[in-house]
Amino acid sequence: MSNYIINKSALELKESFLSAEISAEEITKAFLERINQLDKGNINSFIHICDDLAIQKAKLLDSRLIKGEDKAKLGKLAGIPIGIKDLINMMGAETTAGSNILKGHKSVYNATVTHKAISEGAVPLGKLNLDEFAMGSSNETSAFGSCKNPWDVNRVPGGSSGGSAAAVAAKFCPLAYGTDTGGSIRQPAAYCGLVGMKPTYGKVSRYGIIAFASSLDQAGPMTRTVKDNALLLEAMSGYDPKDSTSINTETENYLEYIKNNFETKESLEGTRIGVAKDFTPDSLDDDTKAAFENAIKVYQDLGAEIVEVQLPKIKYSLACYYIIAPAEASSNLSRFDGIRFGTRAEAANLDAVYKESRHNFGEEVTRRIMLGTYALSSGYYDAYYKKAQQARRLIFEDFENAFETCDLIISPTTPSPAFRFGEKSDPLEMYLSDVLTVPVNLAGLPGLSINAGYDSEGMPIGLQIIGKALDEKSIYNAAYAFEQKSGVEVREPALEALV
Amino acid sequence: MATKTKYKTVIGLEVHAQLKTATKLFCKCSTKFGAKPNENTCPVCMGYPGVLPVLNEQAVEFAIKAGLALDCEIDPNCKFDRKQYFYPDLPKGYQISQFDKPICTGGKLTIFNDKVVNLERIHMEEDAGKLVHASEDAADRLHGSDYSLVDLNRAGTPLIEIVSKPDMSSAEEAVAYVKELRKILMAIGVCDGNMQEGSLRCDINISLNLEGEPLGTRAEIKNVNSFRSIARAIEYEYKRQSKLLDAGEKVVQETRLFEENSGKTFSMRSKEDSHDYRYFPEPDLVPLAIEESLINELRENQPELPSQKRNRYVSEFVIPEEAAGIIADDEGLAEIFEKAVAEGVSSTKLANWITGSISAYLNTKEISIKETKLSADSFAEMVKLIEEGTISDNIAKNSIIEELLEKGGSAKAIVERDDLAQITDPAQIEAIVQEVIDANQKQVEQFRSGNQKIKGFFVGQVMKATAGKASPQLINESISKLLK
Ligand SMILES: [Zn+2]
Repeated sequence: MSNYIINKSALELKESFLSAEISAEEITKAFLERINQLDKGNINSFIHICDDLAIQKAKLLDSRLIKGEDKAKLGKLAGIPIGIKDLINMMGAETTAGSNILKGHKSVYNATVTHKAISEGAVPLGKLNLDEFAMGSSNETSAFGSCKNPWDVNRVPGGSSGGSAAAVAAKFCPLAYGTDTGGSIRQPAAYCGLVGMKPTYGKVSRYGIIAFASSLDQAGPMTRTVKDNALLLEAMSGYDPKDSTSINTETENYLEYIKNNFETKESLEGTRIGVAKDFTPDSLDDDTKAAFENAIKVYQDLGAEIVEVQLPKIKYSLACYYIIAPAEASSNLSRFDGIRFGTRAEAANLDAVYKESRHNFGEEVTRRIMLGTYALSSGYYDAYYKKAQQARRLIFEDFENAFETCDLIISPTTPSPAFRFGEKSDPLEMYLSDVLTVPVNLAGLPGLSINAGYDSEGMPIGLQIIGKALDEKSIYNAAYAFEQKSGVEVREPALEALV
Repeated sequence: MATKTKYKTVIGLEVHAQLKTATKLFCKCSTKFGAKPNENTCPVCMGYPGVLPVLNEQAVEFAIKAGLALDCEIDPNCKFDRKQYFYPDLPKGYQISQFDKPICTGGKLTIFNDKVVNLERIHMEEDAGKLVHASEDAADRLHGSDYSLVDLNRAGTPLIEIVSKPDMSSAEEAVAYVKELRKILMAIGVCDGNMQEGSLRCDINISLNLEGEPLGTRAEIKNVNSFRSIARAIEYEYKRQSKLLDAGEKVVQETRLFEENSGKTFSMRSKEDSHDYRYFPEPDLVPLAIEESLINELRENQPELPSQKRNRYVSEFVIPEEAAGIIADDEGLAEIFEKAVAEGVSSTKLANWITGSISAYLNTKEISIKETKLSADSFAEMVKLIEEGTISDNIAKNSIIEELLEKGGSAKAIVERDDLAQITDPAQIEAIVQEVIDANQKQVEQFRSGNQKIKGFFVGQVMKATAGKASPQLINESISKLLK
């Protein structure tokens, strides 16, 4: 029974629950059992597990179903377990951002996305591991120990949403929330063979998500299938009056769109897919290159028109990102000064309290606070922050121009598949793993990663599909087409071997 | 205006005015003064991890109103910035303020009828919280106390900061400027002007220089919150800085604190260790897009400003400038005055009553007209009774107005109840005068032998006999007639 449950997709689980084939409690318990067996000491994807809360929520759903409540009212995610990145507030649980400085911090309110998941009937199982304050690409900076890649526990799951990716890949939960500031959903999705979507900036409310770089942060769904992903985005997105940067548009039914398009036409004829040299750097590893070239062929075969586009300014993306993101982060993290928030160090006077409390930040976080503080200092603002904002504008315009001749742009998600722990000790080398995802955040566009094959050592390789602002539906349609017709084998990490 | 001094004083003011919104600038918490510590707080104004600000549109309207009343340019696409520094009363580690694109620029205000003080800008910002130092002698902030407690009730309260150009040259001008500014903000309904509760506070920038020489180095005196303190702080700074200059020493550019008890200012921090605020655009808020129509609507519906009102009182009601100032600047007095005038009573007489007996009463009791029971109706009725000759000024002054102020009621009813109406029947008065003459033959002799002054004695006797109710005019007439 247990394997029968955990192998189902989110949509299948919802169907099983609503048809009373399996109860929400059974579903929840099956996943919790698997987590208890395989996560702790192995994958380490969960920082906190909320068993009692989850079972209580599942029982409530079961009783509502038995009482004959309208099935639609049970929600879009009725009965489906979900894991929540520990950057996102969930009432009744700790929210630590993977940092010592927030150890023991209890959420006093729900993030809008948490509230949406619960009110749509999802069952949150717990809080997922991440790089400290979402700053990292490997999950190695978490104060709660690094999370492992289920495909190879000697490798990183990617980051910062490494816990989310590992948990979904390990089938600890069929759905997970990640957040993406420079690739933190797409890069781990690529490293763990998943579907991960970074929506258009403003599509998903940021309220209640601990801010890293406010003008870049966006939460999104991480799943094993495209349809599950579309389902979760539909449930989590939408205008939120509590977030002034959220976009007021109507919610879309992506599943309906896929059904009326690729599922009906079985072709991508009329879809123009852009490919840019600027997105295939020399640093690409051979297997990644081959998988990407195969993807182009898949799309040609599906009837899409492949268009060459130019994105000359995206080469400035990393430089630009490593000014803007640390600058905003240095400001956002000021509140963890040990006074109201953050672990307070005992010290003789106020200045000493500030200084001592800062030692609770990890090395990478400290580095970025220093970078950002410097970039915003008087006399340097114009040279760094202001210039970076101007470059950002040019990168956005690059995409705008490119999208005049195409509907979607594809690229590899990362230059190479998941690396081994400790392999990238030089921060700059680590930053390069986000070189292909960062431009999308700077431009505020939606981007998705989907598995496009495996390297010679069996590690998954990601394909990135970038869309126009608010055109998530076209991305999903093309991703679904790829998932169904690419012929890329569906493999699974051999997790049971761990125990 | 100011007394002649050796050095020229150059003063610029930054006035922080709390906007009279029901809720805070970026959350829905109440702005009510006097709540229990940390009662008016929520995750947003406490800066909990993950929260986001949502701008209070009422505050924006109030800021626009202030800008319009002060002749500023309104920037419909202004934006917010983060001003970053660490202090325990600032839970986010930054204050949301406006840096290079404030909502209002330019503007001016006139004091003493013709002295123009130009404005630099007005920007919106959130207030910080408050520290309570848990020690008796915590004179030097955190260091003297055993520990400090943080009260975030005020954190996030909407403020506007009105920055003047350095256009003032004396304590009198500075005080007049703040007084007029306060009246304007109260008149347009954006600030309650309560300085004790901190609704209006100011920072004073002051420097001295010799006539014809370049401007001197300025000191900034922080958080002065009464008219008296403004004057004292400026006077103290003049003495301090002129002493330094006289001795050939330099004034240091620094931030100073005014201490009420000693009347002195103390150095808080010098320019060298001043904060680098690391301003940058607040990414959690989008730039504003204020509709031109809103600005126009607010411009059209702008309430009468204090200066406009004073001018109107002089021209429309023909009362002296000084009386116009006293009445027009006080909302309660102005209301009662205008309503009483509408009853068709002489505006000059009403104004005299207000600036005379009524003001004297209010000053003695230290209350405002709104705290009394006097209604415009009974006030007008009383003055009408005087105009008609039913009662005398004196009767009204001695036996009516105080009761109206304290208990209310109708002037007419009091007159009837206490039988205060003037005796206006000449025959009746003549009879009384005759009685007085008959009873005081000695004085009659004196009068007849040329002592005109004695006439006052007879008037007094008649008044006494009639309890002050006889018409003074009629008494005079009949005395003259009967003593001929
Ligand atoms: Zn609040």
